[in-house]
Amino acid sequence: MTKSKKMIYTAILGVLILALLIFLEANKTQYGMAYTILQKGIILSVVAVSMNLVTGFTGLFSLGQAGFMAIGAYVTAIFLIPVENIKDVYYISGIAPGILSFKNWLEAGPAFTQMLLPYIALIIGGVVAALFAALIGYPVLRLKSDYLAIATLGFSEIVRAIISSPQMDTITNGSYGLKKIPGFVSIVETFGIMVVCVLLMVLLLRSTYGRAFRAIREDEVAAEAMGINLAKHKQMSFIIGSFFSAVSGGMLAMFMRSIDSRTFSVSLTYDILLIVVIGGIGSVTGSVIAALLVTASKEWWLRFFDNPLAIGGVQIPFFRTGFRMVIFSIILLVVVLFYQKGIMGKNEFSWERLEKRFKKLISPKKGGAKNV
Amino acid sequence: MSNQVLKLSDITMQFGGVVAVDNLSLEVNQNEIVSLIGPNGAGKTTAFNVITGVYAPTNGAVYVKDSMITSNFPKGNMKKLYAGESKGNYSTTMKKTPDQITKLGVARTFQNIRLFKELTAFDNVLIAKHMRQKSNVFSATLGINYKEEQSMREETMKLLEILGLTEVKDEVASSLPYGQQRHLEIARALATNPELLLLDEPAAGMNPQETDELTAFIFDIRKKFNLTIFMIEHHMDLVMDISDRIYVLDFGKLIASGTPAEIQNNQRVIDAYLGVQEDGEE
Repeated sequence: MTKSKKMIYTAILGVLILALLIFLEANKTQYGMAYTILQKGIILSVVAVSMNLVTGFTGLFSLGQAGFMAIGAYVTAIFLIPVENIKDVYYISGIAPGILSFKNWLEAGPAFTQMLLPYIALIIGGVVAALFAALIGYPVLRLKSDYLAIATLGFSEIVRAIISSPQMDTITNGSYGLKKIPGFVSIVETFGIMVVCVLLMVLLLRSTYGRAFRAIREDEVAAEAMGINLAKHKQMSFIIGSFFSAVSGGMLAMFMRSIDSRTFSVSLTYDILLIVVIGGIGSVTGSVIAALLVTASKEWWLRFFDNPLAIGGVQIPFFRTGFRMVIFSIILLVVVLFYQKGIMGKNEFSWERLEKRFKKLISPKKGGAKNV
Repeated sequence: MSNQVLKLSDITMQFGGVVAVDNLSLEVNQNEIVSLIGPNGAGKTTAFNVITGVYAPTNGAVYVKDSMITSNFPKGNMKKLYAGESKGNYSTTMKKTPDQITKLGVARTFQNIRLFKELTAFDNVLIAKHMRQKSNVFSATLGINYKEEQSMREETMKLLEILGLTEVKDEVASSLPYGQQRHLEIARALATNPELLLLDEPAAGMNPQETDELTAFIFDIRKKFNLTIFMIEHHMDLVMDISDRIYVLDFGKLIASGTPAEIQNNQRVIDAYLGVQEDGEE
């Protein structure tokens, strides 16, 4: 397939996606479920790709994603809650005066900063998380595989505990959480942020640094013998991954409009890990596709199983609230059994691959004509 | 200024009670091919790992091109140290990490091939170019360093061409035949622009014909890349053909050193190593 042809296909795909998003935006009320699910899927795909960067491409089994997301979410939320709503949000112990005066100063700024504020907030959230990652990465990244997972998991829980502690009441509103966070203008905005984030990560992975990350994943001893500074590159990957996790956390705060520390429990990390494994460890497109599929099937397509069902007047047992999670688990088992390396394995989406698949579908047996 | 490329002085490497390398001193001069031989478990690979910074030696120092890269001299006397009595009484005064040593121009291959298995042959070699590039992570991500990237790719192509691997450049490393994997590993080591190449059993698992080819190949790359080669090998034909000098290790101790002819006539070597070879099947 020629390069120009591929570019045309990609452009068409881009236009189609954009058209779909604009259509959904216009008919928000009618397709509420699809709209919400798509938005959440888009947000989770950012963190899934960031986890894939760390786990799938650099080989660091880190389970700290929820912690970094929490940092990003809280920083973004504190930035974005309008001053007029501050009293309602911090109704228990009030807000720290420093933050309040900072927010007043922000609000007094010129109009274009108001417009850019969400993006600035997301980036600052990311930077704060990256600083934390740098701090804990130094001791923690010396650990290997499972030990690293446990250490990062511990970090994530510590972040959650600190956020919900009463001592932090005037900053994070303790266990009451933050609410009245301004949301996205439209789903196109969400999608745009996701595209920029994923694109940056893909470019990183394609660069010489991305190759160094892969070398570390394949064989640490050989990578080091090839002059790759292990500590530096692991740290780099961990920090960049945390940055994008936090951006995704900030997006999640804007999507949910209200957050509390329970949002960022360990189960969130497991959800993301699930997406990464289903999509394929080491495949960016796999993570994006799996983020959409898993979110949709978990919260939408399987809703059917939660409602009571009667066929011919006979009440079918099992069809009650929560049953969809059983079905979801069974589907997961089947997927993992048949696609042991996830949907995409280590491959990326390419038009050639799609073309091959398509041709196979049209003529399933290559030697079919001969036999006739 | 001597023309020494590598010097080990009084290197001892102890693992718990086992002394893997015992007071080893040796020198490798520029453009020489020097072999390190000895029976299995004699401490040859351990010596390599000390040179490349994988292990910090219990005692002694390593010099590359007259600059000290690793040194460790215990304060207490050695006898006590062996008995394990003066634990903590010695300290690593300096140890460079493997990547820093590679940057100084020391490249190595591994006894049991350690390629980046799931990456292509081309990428395997290209990765070795990473350490010499100057871009930072931001400029590399945004593609500002495209000129450097371009030249890295061109150099890689050239290297693959010289080593006759152009045809398999897009193959996944683990799918290559054994001989080509060995060649690829050497290509990857050469991509770091080394002055000293350490080969750990390059002929392991090769038949006599392949071994002959390897002999020619090693002479060839020494000439083309102006290399000094220090290698561990078991194939006596290869060692005797190729080496300027040979060091013989047995149970961690240096028992002989000299030209191939001298080694062949050395009674201690025959007793410890070649004598067994003559009786045995090899």
